[in-house]
Amino acid sequence: MERNIAAGAPTLALPVVKARSRRRDFVHGLLRNKGALAGLIILLLLILGAVFAPVIATHDPIMIDPPQRTQPPSRDHLLGTDAFGRDIFSRVVHGARISLPVGLVAVSIAATVGAILGLIAGYYGRWADGIIMRIIDIMLAFPNIMLALVIVAILGPSIRNVMIAVGIGEIPRYTRLIRGQVLSARELLYVEAAKVIGVPTSKIMYRHILPNVVSPVVVLATLSVGSAILAAAGLSFLGLGAQPPRPEWGAMLADGRQFLSSHWWVATMPGIAIAITVLSINMLGDGLRDILDPRTRT
Amino acid sequence: MLQYIRTRLLLTIPVLLGVSLVTFSILHLIPGDPARILLGDMGGGSAAGDISDEAYENLREELGLNDPYPVQYGNYLKNALTGDFGRSFQTNRDVRDSIFEVLPYTLQLTITGLGFAILFGGILGIIAALNRNTWIDSLTMIFSLFGLAMPSFWLGFILIQFFALRWTIFPSTGTEGWRTLVLPALTLGLVASGTVARLVRSTMLEVLNQEYVTVARSKGLRERAVILRHALRNALIPVVTIVGLQFGGLLSGAVIIETVFARRGLGRLAADAVLSRDFPMVQGTILFAAFGYVLINLLVDLSYAWLDPRIKYR
Repeated sequence: MERNIAAGAPTLALPVVKARSRRRDFVHGLLRNKGALAGLIILLLLILGAVFAPVIATHDPIMIDPPQRTQPPSRDHLLGTDAFGRDIFSRVVHGARISLPVGLVAVSIAATVGAILGLIAGYYGRWADGIIMRIIDIMLAFPNIMLALVIVAILGPSIRNVMIAVGIGEIPRYTRLIRGQVLSARELLYVEAAKVIGVPTSKIMYRHILPNVVSPVVVLATLSVGSAILAAAGLSFLGLGAQPPRPEWGAMLADGRQFLSSHWWVATMPGIAIAITVLSINMLGDGLRDILDPRTRT
Repeated sequence: MLQYIRTRLLLTIPVLLGVSLVTFSILHLIPGDPARILLGDMGGGSAAGDISDEAYENLREELGLNDPYPVQYGNYLKNALTGDFGRSFQTNRDVRDSIFEVLPYTLQLTITGLGFAILFGGILGIIAALNRNTWIDSLTMIFSLFGLAMPSFWLGFILIQFFALRWTIFPSTGTEGWRTLVLPALTLGLVASGTVARLVRSTMLEVLNQEYVTVARSKGLRERAVILRHALRNALIPVVTIVGLQFGGLLSGAVIIETVFARRGLGRLAADAVLSRDFPMVQGTILFAAFGYVLINLLVDLSYAWLDPRIKYR
């Protein structure tokens, strides 16, 4: 409690907070928060790894080389080879090019659609709210992977459809969050004032309401990139996502299944890759929540 | 209270109707004609062109595909309510029988997993809250971060590697007997315990700040009595919500865990059905899972209102 008061004091002394100083506060907060900083650094390294995958990879990720199959980690094959003699290090590096975009695209779908629905439901209320929230209730009635199964059943198994399925599955969380935020922002005095002087609704939403709801959405979005990557990897593990020979982490884990007793590295390496990626994103997300939105801290 | 139950029950009906509409639509949204898919699947290698027009028309009539959509939906709903989900494209068995055959295994898995999660996550959360801002707190929170980041299927593999292959304490696959249940339930429970630990920690911290805890302390009660009798009891109320929230996650988890451990169950039935394009089975399993989930959430909401009188019975 004491720390909060101390941190709030300078802003109280200066009633006009410029955007730049707010940004500086944010950067300072990020630098002070060890977990968030560590998460950010790991994540940036992973992104660099994904971008420069062809340069970093020592072998072709999908080239089959039977004489080299199930080799243990060595100088030539840093993380060993799989049942087809493919270099696991190269496959893991290239896998980042699938999993990271999958997480980002899925969350973008969820956040965009969720935000629009939440804004409409929260701002217009009445029947618009009723219809949207009933649809959301129905979506929430499906356990997450079950909803994804429905969508993959209709669209067919592929990594693109998994992105769509995971994205749709995350929509309700955004709609609920944004609707709640909008409901409270709508009552704010300056929104009333804008309404009274005849500012068009679309402009009120964009200029006065949206900025109020951005922080919690950023936090939720960061955290849900992690869970989206996990969900997508799980669906690929089941054979419903990336199809062979694409080097997707979940699918690679499934391939390693029959070698658990004899060649442990086949399944272990992609597992570590998923865990590190999701962990770094969650650490960043937790840190962002502490910095941007201290009220919802858990 | 009765008023609340009635409202809550009434609100469930449109949700269930919506859920059934979604599963009904599966068969009509897939590209291609269900009758052709069925004939193709059952033709056993014969080219689609060989199917006689008569057989095709008969099947369409039999499946009711020639009726208008509202009539088809009405029939679907009527059948579903009487427990008739149709026959599997794959095995030609009754979908309901297939579901009820594997349902006990999934329930065993999710309930034991939930038990592990609450026990493990609860203890960790309480320890973390009581040792706030010490290394013990950090350690448990790091553990829960790992739990949240760990793919359940990989954790399953690790447990199989050690407990089944190296030390051969528990079997790595199978469905019969309690020994086959240990590793899958542990996997499911460990993954969920991260979330539970965080929730319990934060509610426990909130409760420890309440005045009645201060009062209990200042009247000289032993610390153990303060924690167990005054703090923990109140911190446990949100655990009921956790049960509701986690159950959907556990059902989702079961889909993957059942595949990892080659267990029979509802999740694996659904995933296999999607892979083999066995649409009646997809419809049946998913409708069943969603109905079950909705009903559990309903029970959780009702018990929450019963446990915490502060909740208004709207």
